[in-house]
Amino acid sequence: MIHTHKFETIVVGAGGAGLMAALYAGQGSDTAVLTKLYPTRSHTGTAQGGIGAALGNLEEDRAEWHTFDTIKGSDYLADQDAVDLMCEEAVEVIYELEHMGLPFDRTAEGKIAQRPFGGHTSNFGEKPVRRACHAADRTGHMILQTLYQQCIARNVRFFDEFHVLDLLLGDDGQATGVVAYEIDSGDLHVFHGKALIFATGGFGRMWEITSNAHSLTGDGPAIALHRGIPLEDMEFFQFHPTGIYKMGILITEGVRGEGGILRNREGERFMERYAPNLKDLASRDVVSRAIYLEVRDNKGIDGARYVHLDATHLGREVVETKLADSAEFCKTYLGIDPAVEPMPVQPTAHYAMGGIPTNVDGEVQRSAQGDVVPGFYAAGEVACVSVHGANRLGTNSLVDLVVFGKRAGKAAVAFCNENDFAELPAETWEPTQAMLQRMQEHTGQYNVADLRAEMQALMMDNVGVFRTEEGVEAALARIREMQECAGDITVMDKGKRFNTDILEAIELRNLLDLAEITAASALARQESRGAHSREDYKERDDENWLKHTYASKVDGEISLEYAPVNISIHHPKERTY
Amino acid sequence: MRIKMRILRFNPEIDSIPWWGEYWVDVEESDRVLDALHQVKWYQDGTLTLRRSCAHGICGSDAMVINGRNALACKVLMQDVGEVCQVEPLRSMPLIKDLVVDMEPFFAKYRAVLPYLINDQIPESGERVQSQEARARFDDTTKCILCAACTTSCPSFWANEDYIGPAAIVQAHRFIFDDRDTAADLRLRVLNDADGVWRCRTVFNCVQACPREIDVTRAIGEVKLALMSG
Repeated sequence: MIHTHKFETIVVGAGGAGLMAALYAGQGSDTAVLTKLYPTRSHTGTAQGGIGAALGNLEEDRAEWHTFDTIKGSDYLADQDAVDLMCEEAVEVIYELEHMGLPFDRTAEGKIAQRPFGGHTSNFGEKPVRRACHAADRTGHMILQTLYQQCIARNVRFFDEFHVLDLLLGDDGQATGVVAYEIDSGDLHVFHGKALIFATGGFGRMWEITSNAHSLTGDGPAIALHRGIPLEDMEFFQFHPTGIYKMGILITEGVRGEGGILRNREGERFMERYAPNLKDLASRDVVSRAIYLEVRDNKGIDGARYVHLDATHLGREVVETKLADSAEFCKTYLGIDPAVEPMPVQPTAHYAMGGIPTNVDGEVQRSAQGDVVPGFYAAGEVACVSVHGANRLGTNSLVDLVVFGKRAGKAAVAFCNENDFAELPAETWEPTQAMLQRMQEHTGQYNVADLRAEMQALMMDNVGVFRTEEGVEAALARIREMQECAGDITVMDKGKRFNTDILEAIELRNLLDLAEITAASALARQESRGAHSREDYKERDDENWLKHTYASKVDGEISLEYAPVNISIHHPKERTY
Repeated sequence: MRIKMRILRFNPEIDSIPWWGEYWVDVEESDRVLDALHQVKWYQDGTLTLRRSCAHGICGSDAMVINGRNALACKVLMQDVGEVCQVEPLRSMPLIKDLVVDMEPFFAKYRAVLPYLINDQIPESGERVQSQEARARFDDTTKCILCAACTTSCPSFWANEDYIGPAAIVQAHRFIFDDRDTAADLRLRVLNDADGVWRCRTVFNCVQACPREIDVTRAIGEVKLALMSG
């Protein structure tokens, strides 16, 4: 059965960016939010340490310092005008969150409390600064809850557990809506809109060790890619230094912000060698590489692939109040009390710097020339503005999603006021239904879980923290074979009601398509920059590679284009911490 | 180690009543019940249906009844389940399929307590000031992830599904005791209803069930006291 709906603005995804966009879109347009989960299950809720803004509540701080840190952290690949705007607007938006009711921790004077975080400094790199506004180590949970609360207060219309499967573009290429699969009934729904905002988050499930939820399968960027939209800077994926060994669950950078120290098997504080100034609070790509190099040098704990994160000297009170959730993860999953024992950690796939290319109003770009798809917006991790460049600083994902979620929501309202509904294309639900039917009827030789596990191991080994031409080429060849295999699987659940079996198969296809783009983009970039570290091209190469990648797939062939980086504020310099 | 998973199954398109499915899984001691359920779904029976997302106890998707107790499947380790791990959907909720229940009645109760900060006075610049003591007053109830483990563990709720339930009261508490909020009386009026806070019989099941270790019964008690003292 096919259902049709008409809303002026359609938001896909209900994490921080989607909810912020919905709050603003809903103020001036008839808005619906679609999510494949319940809104409060979104991955924003797992963000821990804080949200950065130069409030200066505990010491002097300036937005321009935040801008500098973000640009330096990005290894100079971020667009500096966009970073400047984000860091300026961050301050007001933090106050806005507080006014909405967000329960930030407080200073002795009752102001929003702030703490140091990796790569955040005062006076252009001089010393760590307290900039991360926090609510214990569940800041993301508080943001997600607060935004959802406000959506309830303002009667935002939600379609929970609706999995979007296709993007509908009109004859002139403008966005006209989406096709969604209602998980409970198995029915297809066509949502016809004027403005469409993608806020579907990242795709960390491409890697074996990841902090990301099972749901983070890159549905948004994959769907856009299938409809001819390029994806920007996909070779840059952040590995957070401190995931729980083997599990990938995140231990907040706030541990190091509060004074936690990384140690190798000799008990040495090895970050002193890699980043003499900021040490354990150097930016994430630097620390993740250092851990890999220690392990490679046989300095992992007991020779295994992990190091220790030591918080034992911080005292029980700090561990149990400021780092409560991280402490609890250790107790639950490892039986370790971080107040007395160090935590075993290894780098974990964490955050997509790349994604759907947008400008600062969230408008999606259809090419490296920057021309936009009318009515189509993206915000949050799914988007690449680019404010994170080659490496995102801690806390800046939360800044990104509230600042640009808000801007996309406002831009959608303006678009809705100026435009009528464009006509839907001739075919809407038909290709999706045919795809679902084919998948459900086909009896194939491959198992989704096997293919997924193989892809995750392959990406971890060959397109992870360190990369080589040989390794990435091998991965790319195997991913292409696996894309074929993914068309020859068996979906065991033949029913319509709550068929998560078929959705997992679709999610695997999305991940494989993004893995191909990630590997192809990584193979082409012959330099090391931020999170993209090539062992065969160890230096950053500004002369040839100070540019954004735009990868698209046309008629089965990947095409790569490049666009210049805005470097209007800080001239690229060597990056040391 | 080899463990028997005993899972209550129900497919609305085929079954008239739920039935027990039994599956053997090979797991590590440190694996989660969620890992064992995935092993069944991914390698034995793809029709097994459950909700899950973050897999580390923050998103609240995979609350279910494990060996008779409400818990998140991603927070119970296989080393703690014994030789047989019995898994059922949350009680007293409309069943959709296998371990998936209809959450809408639960969220309707959540919405009923006006779960958002109400305060028309917005400072012209900067944040509202709140003391550390005032912030600490409601810290415990800000941890709620709306997983429904508490409400569906409550005998009062089993007896009367109109009872607003501990989760909604926890959410109300989070605002009633936030000194920035101005609408405590509106929420207290909702909770003073026949199906409100007085249906709590201090059984403490909710405290045991809460995966966030919120002292739920204490929060409910504080709401009752607020009603008594007007």
